[in-house]
Amino acid sequence: MAMKTSASAGVARSKERVAAAPLRRRFRRRWWARLMFLLPAILYLIIFYGYPLYYSFMVSFEHYTLQEEVTGVAAFTGLANYVTVFQDPGFRLAAVHTLVFTICSIIPQFIIGLALALFFHRRFPLSQLLRSLMLVPWLLPIVVSATVWRWLFDQTNGIIDQVLAGLHILPAHFGWLTTPGWAFAAVIVTNIWIGIPFNMVILYSGLQGIAEEFYEAAAIDGAGKWQAFLYVTLPLLEPVIGILLMLGLIYTLKVFDLIYVMTGGGPANDTQIFATWSYNLSFSQQLFGQGAAVGNIILLIALAFALVYLWWARRTT
Amino acid sequence: MKIHALRRGPVLTIVVGIVVTAILLFPLYWMLVNSLETTQEMFSIPAPLVPTTITFAPYVTVLQSQLPHLLTSLIVAFGTVILSLVIATPSAYALAHFRFRITLVVVFCLLLTQMIPTVTLATPMFLIFNKLGLLNSYLGLILADTTYAVPFNILILRAFLQSVPYELAEAAFVDGTGEWGAFIRVMLPVVTPGLITAGLFSFLFGWGDFLYALTIMTNSSIQPVSVSIYNFIGQFGAQWNELMAVAVLASIPAAILLIVFQGYITAGLTSGAVKG
Repeated sequence: MAMKTSASAGVARSKERVAAAPLRRRFRRRWWARLMFLLPAILYLIIFYGYPLYYSFMVSFEHYTLQEEVTGVAAFTGLANYVTVFQDPGFRLAAVHTLVFTICSIIPQFIIGLALALFFHRRFPLSQLLRSLMLVPWLLPIVVSATVWRWLFDQTNGIIDQVLAGLHILPAHFGWLTTPGWAFAAVIVTNIWIGIPFNMVILYSGLQGIAEEFYEAAAIDGAGKWQAFLYVTLPLLEPVIGILLMLGLIYTLKVFDLIYVMTGGGPANDTQIFATWSYNLSFSQQLFGQGAAVGNIILLIALAFALVYLWWARRTT
Repeated sequence: MKIHALRRGPVLTIVVGIVVTAILLFPLYWMLVNSLETTQEMFSIPAPLVPTTITFAPYVTVLQSQLPHLLTSLIVAFGTVILSLVIATPSAYALAHFRFRITLVVVFCLLLTQMIPTVTLATPMFLIFNKLGLLNSYLGLILADTTYAVPFNILILRAFLQSVPYELAEAAFVDGTGEWGAFIRVMLPVVTPGLITAGLFSFLFGWGDFLYALTIMTNSSIQPVSVSIYNFIGQFGAQWNELMAVAVLASIPAAILLIVFQGYITAGLTSGAVKG
């Protein structure tokens, strides 16, 4: 009996094996066919991100200028580029500017964006039209916005100069973009303006995700508007706020066009941040090794923030 | 009393809403108004909030010199749309419905690419393209511009494709259609909104790019409008009305896309939250 079962089982198994061979082949063929779908992404990531990043990494350890680019032979110099860059007075300047630029951009962007999101969340006639109109600054090429703001801040006849001089707040023909300190403020104001729509849209959709019941429950408990905001809206928005601040940080670290067009990093490096500094090293001075080194430093900062965010996101969920 | 409050409430809200929007959009109004003014009026003090006379002269002057650059931008933007969609769509499908051991790794890498500053890629890209002879070519610029769009498109299309059940493709297998046939004839038509959203943003990325165009176009043979605006400031420092006219022309695509595809843009902004 036992023998018979095992024998019949054996027969069944061998039959299965016979049937399984073409089936497995078919599965494998299918697996390959499916892999072909994914292949473009894998190749793309390797060619357009992996290889350039590897290249940037290698170049940052070489004495690499225009001459080496022409001859094709570059000497390995270890950390020399990084040491040069760290010792350059421009490093401290760019570090401080990047930090101030980032903080002064994302906090006002967020606060104004939140205020607008709360305002439009009330929904009134025209609210949808106004909301989509507000998206325009975010959709325009940054070069366009930078050019327009350069005109607004213009020394000879910019509207900002006219208004502030008219109110006797600042002297007439004040050189916003040519005065140290003020140029930086002008660039920050412009960047805030560009970032507001994005913050508003994300926070608005976050607000819409909060169920009305929470507010009803809070109202029953006697919470006022302000308390409802503090104890219902803000805590429930926390994940959205987290991702928004993270994206804001990374976006601000990437800013290049804006400063390049408005001030070119001037006056006297007053608006130089890491991104514009890296670009100048590579493409104005042809010091590709040092430019790559600064580029890699920006990347490291961005990844560090991403890690902090991931740690925060995991902790809160 | 109550009815009165109800009536006054929304009116006040609408007024505040309009005022706030007007303040935020003032720079764009100023751009438009100044592009339609004579230099004389533009430089009068105080500058009139509403122009007394309207002239199209700045546009006439500017169109002659800027038309080639606008066309270049169009070619580059459409090239970016096509190339990035061709690369991104099959991969998005694979990531949405097929399980490979590396699926999660690829998704993680795609998210990671969103954190890489463009300026970090600019130096190696320039050196590599120089060796490959891709500098000063449309292909080179379009290839570089796809780095804005491909990861974004894959992530956003993946989200769209995940909401379509795979059974739909399996149903097509019964008719003898292959994996690719089912993908193209069954799955893609269902996610047309996703393709529009992805294409839209790819266009804006390609149109708005400044950094790569500045880097890759070392001579001025091919120059998109983003770079030509920048050069315009240097060349004709004081011709602000003409400069504003160029700025308006460079804004037109974004304005058209916003008017025609408003819903898609909001969807792309929020569902992706992976802005480049």
